[in-house]
Amino acid sequence: MLEIWYRIVDLMLPFEWVNHDFMKNALLAVLLLTPVFGLLGTMVVSNRMAFFSDSIGHGAFTGVAIGALLGGIQPIWGAILFSVVFAVTITIIKNKTKTSTDTVIGVFSSTAVAIGLVIMSAGGGFNKFSSYLVGDILSISPFELLLLLLAFFAVILLWLLIFNKVLLTSINQSLASSRGVNTLFIDILFTVAIAVVVTITIQWVGLLIINSLIVLPAAASRNITHNVRQYHAVSVGISMFSGIAGLIFSYYWNTATGATIVLIAAAAFFAMFLLRKRFAA
Amino acid sequence: MAVEMTIDNSHAGCEGMCGGLCCTKIENFGVRKGQLDILENVNIHIHCGEMTAIIGPNGAGKSTLLKALLGEIPHTGELKFMGTGGIRGDMPVVGYVPQHLDFDPGTPTSVLDLFIASCSGKPAWLFKPSNIRKRAIEGLSKVKAEHLINRRLGALSGGELQRVLLALALDPVPNLLLLDEPVSGVDQGGLELFYNTVADLRSNYDLSIILVSHDLELVAKYADRVVLLNRTVITSGTPGQVFNDERTLRIFGIPHFVADEADIGKGHKEGRPD
Repeated sequence: MLEIWYRIVDLMLPFEWVNHDFMKNALLAVLLLTPVFGLLGTMVVSNRMAFFSDSIGHGAFTGVAIGALLGGIQPIWGAILFSVVFAVTITIIKNKTKTSTDTVIGVFSSTAVAIGLVIMSAGGGFNKFSSYLVGDILSISPFELLLLLLAFFAVILLWLLIFNKVLLTSINQSLASSRGVNTLFIDILFTVAIAVVVTITIQWVGLLIINSLIVLPAAASRNITHNVRQYHAVSVGISMFSGIAGLIFSYYWNTATGATIVLIAAAAFFAMFLLRKRFAA
Repeated sequence: MAVEMTIDNSHAGCEGMCGGLCCTKIENFGVRKGQLDILENVNIHIHCGEMTAIIGPNGAGKSTLLKALLGEIPHTGELKFMGTGGIRGDMPVVGYVPQHLDFDPGTPTSVLDLFIASCSGKPAWLFKPSNIRKRAIEGLSKVKAEHLINRRLGALSGGELQRVLLALALDPVPNLLLLDEPVSGVDQGGLELFYNTVADLRSNYDLSIILVSHDLELVAKYADRVVLLNRTVITSGTPGQVFNDERTLRIFGIPHFVADEADIGKGHKEGRPD
């Protein structure tokens, strides 16, 4: 399967940066990941959930630590399970209590990171986990690419099915209920999708910057767009452009790929921000 | 086909089949939050083609009642829709115009997007179905807002937004229309336009309308019936009956039609339940 991809790349992209197999793997990963971040990011930004998605990253970090602790065939399953439970718990508490959302998220986020750090540092073996803070997209394995492919199709399918309901819920919860939307269920599906994608990605992008990949493309896009179709198209476009450009630059500059991608996305944000008046309606 | 023998002195002679007309009945509604009864024993009877205004002091449970009617919070009691043939079997459609939207004003969501998200199964981020566009324009023209279809929600004025939300609530035409204080943040002109539109729709579509409002002058002008709510129904009837009721006068402060700000403040303080 992967051989076909290598063949296509060799044929279409006869460049030095994509000569090695690990770069071809990384390119495929970027092509699968960035559209998903571009899509999910739109509603994260519109729902003012930037802090929330950040805390889901923290939950995923702890999930990875717990997954590694439990061992088994692939620690990733334990990690996904933990972050899904974490995301569902925060969503339910956020919906059911009157406590400020920021406070709820702050409490959970710090707790999750503390648990993760304690587990990872137990026995003095923290160094082998430090890669989760920064991430390394060049280390991606064929199994993980398969996982990414599944996540890619799952998120796109989910977004086709539930986006209208997510949008309506974000505009007004009572309005959504009056049109038969189960708002809590929709909220949970949305956050679970974020949790799963973030958990799978965190080892390549790193806890420190993963949230920027979700937030920046959408935040850039909303400066110059007026409806949800433009919003999504530009967000996905910026996300993919930053991903590919970041991968190439990081190869030649010998820098961390995730951080390079984020820098380019940030540059796109500022460019769109300066252009916003020209597109205002 | 149960014929209810409710004791409802404000609407004597209006049990069961609504005297041959369609109607909506709120029966024995109650909402509890923790140890607190926010609403208890609420009975309201709404005729088709009438606007029933619910008034009451702050904290009387008006918004809670709307949320309970929408099924958003658990409640006791029943909501019954009856046509001329008795209790309707099919699920009634409830239209809702929220008090305000809590969306981010910078969000790139157009009026059309709102209609697609509400009325279409196709995801709005990928499709712009032409039948929905046509339907949205038709609906918007009922509230004189068809020119707003491509406008961003955040770029609408308070009055424009309320009319758009009204058009949305009318698609599909509901059995019961719930309006939650639709006048907040709307200028005088927009307000008159909104109420005139609602009054037209009421008679054209034979809608049952429940309006939650603070603006007693507008209630007196436009409502067919008024319900004074304070945890339960205190009194109900025509605007004349309710506004001349001693309990209404006590809750809102007596000369409410010429009330200055000091009087309004006083009225609210007295009316607040302990």
